[in-house]
Amino acid sequence: MTQAVLAEPAPLPLPDFGSEPWWLIIIKVLFVFVFLLVLTLLTIWGERRVVARMQQRLGPNRTGPFGVLQGLADGLKLAFKEDIIPAMADRPVYLLAPIVSTIPAFLAFSVIPFGPTVSIFGHRTALQLTDLPVGVLFILAMSSLGVYGIVLAGWASGSTYPLLGSLRSAAQMISYEVSMGLALVAVFLYAGSLSTSQIVDAQRSRWFIIAVPISFVIYGISCVGETNRAPFDLPEAESELVGGFHTEYSSLKFAMFFLAEYINMITVSAVATTLFLGGWRAPWPLSLFSWANAGWLPMLWFVAKLCIFLFIFIWLRGTMPRLRYDQFMHLGWKVLVPGALVWLLLVATARALSFRDFLLYAGVPAAVVLLAWAFWPTGGRQDRPPPPVERGTPPRYPVPQLDAEPLRRSAGKEVTRA
Amino acid sequence: MSTVTTATATATATVLAASPQTSVSEAVVFWIVAPVAIAAALAMVFSRHAVHAALLLVVDFFCLAVLYAAQDAPFLAAVQVIVYTGAIMILFLFVLMLVGVDSSDSLVETLRGQRVAAAALALGFVVLLIGAIGSATLQMPSQGLAAANAEGNVIGIARLLFTRYVFAFEATSALLITAALGAMVLAHKEQVVPRVSQREMSRRRFAGAHPTPYPSPGVFARHDAVDTPALLPDGTAAEPRPPVLEGSSNQAGRAGDPAGPGATGSGS
Repeated sequence: MTQAVLAEPAPLPLPDFGSEPWWLIIIKVLFVFVFLLVLTLLTIWGERRVVARMQQRLGPNRTGPFGVLQGLADGLKLAFKEDIIPAMADRPVYLLAPIVSTIPAFLAFSVIPFGPTVSIFGHRTALQLTDLPVGVLFILAMSSLGVYGIVLAGWASGSTYPLLGSLRSAAQMISYEVSMGLALVAVFLYAGSLSTSQIVDAQRSRWFIIAVPISFVIYGISCVGETNRAPFDLPEAESELVGGFHTEYSSLKFAMFFLAEYINMITVSAVATTLFLGGWRAPWPLSLFSWANAGWLPMLWFVAKLCIFLFIFIWLRGTMPRLRYDQFMHLGWKVLVPGALVWLLLVATARALSFRDFLLYAGVPAAVVLLAWAFWPTGGRQDRPPPPVERGTPPRYPVPQLDAEPLRRSAGKEVTRA
Repeated sequence: MSTVTTATATATATVLAASPQTSVSEAVVFWIVAPVAIAAALAMVFSRHAVHAALLLVVDFFCLAVLYAAQDAPFLAAVQVIVYTGAIMILFLFVLMLVGVDSSDSLVETLRGQRVAAAALALGFVVLLIGAIGSATLQMPSQGLAAANAEGNVIGIARLLFTRYVFAFEATSALLITAALGAMVLAHKEQVVPRVSQREMSRRRFAGAHPTPYPSPGVFARHDAVDTPALLPDGTAAEPRPPVLEGSSNQAGRAGDPAGPGATGSGS
């Protein structure tokens, strides 16, 4: 079976990134760097505006048109703040931590394809900084290095809340990287490659969100956990841990954590776009025309898909309450990991039998059921009936008047049972 | 133990780098990364702080990954970072942090003769290693990277792993799963009392004397906000008047309340 799965697709040769002229490489590096910085600033602004909109507020609207420059202003403000190093801090590690969290965040983006081959100053080159035969694994490796920044920041601060935050972060990363990796394996089985550009090529006729929908759901959930975003922002949970791992950080060091968080968010969105939404390929009706998938235009599709994911991240933050820690671990280990394993078995079986459409017809309804089950308000996971509360008298505690009606009913029920 | 592994890999790297086919870029990478790896390994051994030692080991693992990448083994490099650096060392750090930041090691040796035993074992291991690497590099004709990576690095490894070495691979995974199961059995705790769900917890809490959270440590309050009397403009305490549930037997206890149940509800 393994051989059949491995041998089937004939991978296209990787574009030759090593032999490009040096100025082209520098242009690409600069482009990726500036793209990430600018998109971070815009995302910060967009997040504040969108969340404000969801909360019936206006959000920042003073700095520049529509407040677009708010992120820049915040960054400048942070740069001018006092840089405090706590007395109990482990100095070298404390100084190293923000750097460790920021650099891998930038590096991970280097294998993301922005578009097809274009011509830059007479040179034909792919719109991608570089590609590796193990491109996606490289991204995973970088994200697992980025965790060190958070874990070390919390530990080196020499303070309780950051330590708790970093402990949570360590546990969270280990658990969610497992399900994330397992979800991606199904994509690799379909694409027959680990390189990002080849995965995009393999989605020529059908995006992988249709081919392996459950993988997409699992990846989507676990990448939120991986980036420490709400509702999985347990390492920094403001209401429990002050600021979590970055409580003791100020000034530019804090800004670096902030930057790393947003870049990680952009990176996982880009990975989701590349692996499941066809990367830079044009969406369906447009993909019928050949001009939509050639030249510089695909970059637009890529950025648009990226922005959809970013919006979902913001939407989640505006909507969902934070999970309790044990519930979070329960979701990771008892739902996502077994789910991903079973799904992977199905995919591998279907691939070995070369029965592609089985997954399409079985997978889409299964994904719908899974989503409905996950987001169903109460049904399906009803707790066992509440045990009688040990007391003989009805409640003698103060409750707001508004709740009187339902409470009285439940109280009456308990009285009769007792 | 891990330093020994590191030394192994570094030694392997040395041997491979010394072979005549080394390209310039590979040599540059090697001479930058290898000293860092060895320095980090030494610093790890001599570091007094457990967390610092773990971090230096991380540096070492990362250097190894770079060396693998420089030797046309990108899959091994990525897996090295993901598995060793990303998962195993994070677990190490997790345990070190959980055990305590300031716990210093006791230097009393409880095992008698462990230094001698360790030295003898290390020496034996080094001899074994030199023999193994020597025979692998000097006697056996090596096929070269081009043959090994003919189908691509990932596919080449996968083919070997799932055909020729499948038994060793499965045996290793069985060993690891057994170890994990053993750890789970050792750490398992019998559930003596039934597990309390969140619903039951919240029910119990609201049925108890403290419907609101207890004051945080350091707050000198005997009561929580809801049932603490408000102060009237003259400074005296207002009559404590929590809202009363209509129709509940609370009303019976408050029969003498002049305001009656209708006027309550300002407590919230």
